[in-house]
Amino acid sequence: MATVELIISALPAHVRTARLVATAVARRIGLAGSTLDEVRLAVGEACSRAVEAHRAHCPGEPVRLELSDHAGRFEVVVADNAPGGQEALQRQVPTQVGESALPDVLAPDVGLAVIAGLADDVDFDATPSGMRVRMSWPAVPATQTSGNPA
Amino acid sequence: MDLKLDHYTEGDCEIVAVEGEIDVYTAPRLRELLIDLVNKGNFHLVVNMEKVEFLDSTGLGVLVGGLKRVRAHDGSLDLVCTQERILKIFRITGLTKVFGIYDSVPEAIEARRSQK
Repeated sequence: MATVELIISALPAHVRTARLVATAVARRIGLAGSTLDEVRLAVGEACSRAVEAHRAHCPGEPVRLELSDHAGRFEVVVADNAPGGQEALQRQVPTQVGESALPDVLAPDVGLAVIAGLADDVDFDATPSGMRVRMSWPAVPATQTSGNPA
Repeated sequence: MDLKLDHYTEGDCEIVAVEGEIDVYTAPRLRELLIDLVNKGNFHLVVNMEKVEFLDSTGLGVLVGGLKRVRAHDGSLDLVCTQERILKIFRITGLTKVFGIYDSVPEAIEARRSQK
């Protein structure tokens, strides 16, 4: 199992860095096309949520990502140390935004709904000391791809 | 790629041309532009997203916030987007029912005229 670990400061600018790294690792593992877009968006959503949570509760602590090729799947884990994840999950992940009551901004929980809609498999594990978002997609053996190395 | 924003008037609509990535880092700039346009009396906005390379829920939130503002003045905020990877997030969140989404700027303007 090859693993890439990434630690980013809780700054919005670094969310893009995390997306780029995740996309590069996914491409190297063999993911392509629309699945790469799903990885990019889902990882971006998870990191945005984590960074915003850290900025609110523990801005000095970093957000951690693990990207691995595990049991034939490309797996990404985004872990934060901010409280509030349990409450977010208990509010139930909203599936749709209603027209009747347009919010000024979308709640962070919408990001969780987007992740759930994009990842092939996803698990949200929230404790008082933080949340781990684990998402995965089927990996394609690198020998079956002809793309350029990431 | 960073975010590039431009806007111009066409008929009674203000066209907002967006290029690049709309995420947690860049979305505040789009929010400021939309608020500024509404504050200056532009209540019919068309956001052209054909050159948007990435959009996340933060960006969606900015568009929803813009829609809320123009509707407070009986205005409209429509989108131009044909990119499947961008449209996907609108479908997942159900926002395809909230925004008018068109294939081109002329089509969005024509739809606006026909609604008068």
